[in-house]
Amino acid sequence: MTDLNKLTIAEAREGLRKKQFSATELTQAFLKAIEAGNTALNAYVLPTPELALRQAKESDKRLASGEARALEGLPLGNKDLFCTYDQRTTASSKILDDFKPTYESTVGANLWDAGAVMLGKLNCDEFAMGSSNETSAFGPVVNPWRRKGKDGARARDKLVPGGSSGGSSAAVAADLCLAATATDTGGSIRQPAALTGTVGIKPTYGRCSRWGIVAFASSLDQAGPLAKTVRDAAIMLKAMASHDPKDSTSVDTPVPDYEAALGRGLKGLRVGVPREYRVEGMSKEIDKLWQDGIAWLKAAGATIHDISLPHTKYALPAYYIVAPAEASSNLARYDGVRYGLRVPGKDLIGTYEATRGAGFGKEVRRRILIGTYVLSAGYYDAYYLKAQKVRTLIKRDFDEAWTSVDVVLTPTTPTPAFAFGEKLGDPIAMYLEDIFTVTVNMAGLPGISVPAGLSAQGTPLGLQLIGKPFDEATLFRAALAIEDAAGRFPVPERWWEGDGKTQKKTPEKAPAKKPAKKAAVKKTGAKAAARPKTGSRKK
Amino acid sequence: MQVDEATVKRIARLARIKITEEEAKGLVKELSGILSWVEQLDEVDTSAVEPMTRVVPIELKKRADVVTDGDIADDIVKNAPMVEDHYFVVPKVVE
Repeated sequence: MTDLNKLTIAEAREGLRKKQFSATELTQAFLKAIEAGNTALNAYVLPTPELALRQAKESDKRLASGEARALEGLPLGNKDLFCTYDQRTTASSKILDDFKPTYESTVGANLWDAGAVMLGKLNCDEFAMGSSNETSAFGPVVNPWRRKGKDGARARDKLVPGGSSGGSSAAVAADLCLAATATDTGGSIRQPAALTGTVGIKPTYGRCSRWGIVAFASSLDQAGPLAKTVRDAAIMLKAMASHDPKDSTSVDTPVPDYEAALGRGLKGLRVGVPREYRVEGMSKEIDKLWQDGIAWLKAAGATIHDISLPHTKYALPAYYIVAPAEASSNLARYDGVRYGLRVPGKDLIGTYEATRGAGFGKEVRRRILIGTYVLSAGYYDAYYLKAQKVRTLIKRDFDEAWTSVDVVLTPTTPTPAFAFGEKLGDPIAMYLEDIFTVTVNMAGLPGISVPAGLSAQGTPLGLQLIGKPFDEATLFRAALAIEDAAGRFPVPERWWEGDGKTQKKTPEKAPAKKPAKKAAVKKTGAKAAARPKTGSRKK
Repeated sequence: MQVDEATVKRIARLARIKITEEEAKGLVKELSGILSWVEQLDEVDTSAVEPMTRVVPIELKKRADVVTDGDIADDIVKNAPMVEDHYFVVPKVVE
């Protein structure tokens, strides 16, 4: 009965059906794991144990009476970008304050209607703007993975779990949930998946409803799952996807049984390898990973083809016009009047300015200002329209590729997980994290990241597969072939369990600081005040 | 593209975001950096290209022009920072 939290969705589903354990026992195992590990990892910003146990009890009834639904009794984490009925939803921003939605996101409703259990709300970059989870008003999430030191032991420096879905990726990797919801605007599912050894898929734009998800860039945002295995991701996406009359961009097309499609093998699959992704200065280990992926797909029956996607290098700069422009428009709604934080000013405009100045973090303010600038009078054509035209060219590149290949294989990220603060001071260095993922959002295509190897530092690396519109099924098949060949990548050392006690026992080179006291002192600083413990931001 | 401090302040005003003098100085550098970086798009000839407006060609669904919800005033003001009856309260805007 121990370690129920280490199961996959497929295993837990079988265990529940065979009555090896109850949904309540399974849920309790996760609640215990969250209690033990969340202080160190900061993955959950709001655990919801009461709700979880209530849902689990209902699941146990249904399991007993033979009325189990697709995800009956399976405990999941929910990114705090998804609105949850009567449960605080913040987008990891101070500006939403104690916002408690009076409705549930469609994706969330689909999951709970399928019987899933919500363990809590997961940390993310503020308004999903970031690639390291360091822009969250709740403070950064810690990657469960640690670098290997020179002596072979794991180093102590904290690594980022990727972003923006860093709470989701860390929670899945650390077994604090079976799987999690996430969103991807420029790479926010796939990059965290790669950095934590988990599987993440951004489906085709329109596959999942965006209704009830805090908006960032509406023409790019798309929900998807982060999971431990390809099969689990397939099970999750099937439940999350739907046509929704409340989102006119969601597409009215049947959602296939992705899990059933997994068995079909790769015989005859044509895999494209785009030469433009071989960027200058690409590290040897990323190149080797890519070659391994090619070899594995070949061995599984696929054929490999060199292709060209000539406008690849323009995707990222075009993204940094389109995304901030749409964000500046979407985030205009946070005015201190209808919901969230209000900071009074001398008049109405003063109140808007004071509220938004205090409520938005640095990166969000930066992107709103860029967006406001590129949309301001006289600049619309030169920036936004130009970027949208470049987007057409990026999409055409792929349309051309689909005449000769079925999927495209690339690395997910240019580097493995980096340390806290390493890229925070340089916006463009941080933006480059998404260099391989962002084209997929610009073209509206589905993309999956699957763990495929370890870096020289012993941390995970991911491969990305890009597919034709609405052909997620083929992505799952190809990803499974990589997973079968590469194996899974569980975190080797579970240091976060037991509240960091193991950390204190081992001697350290630097003078040991008492974690509890340090946190207390830090809170007095204005900056540190924005980084409180789980569940509360300082206003 | 280089932006100056006056431009940054004008943009912040348009975006209704209060920034300090110090922040304005920092933003001059950051915004100029990002705007210069996106200038590489000028290399691309887009004279004969239509802007992308949607990622998949779908026909927008239409529905009957009828009221589908309502009577949820409590819900609508539930999260407002200042409310009187069912009204949002804001600082005086008309003398």
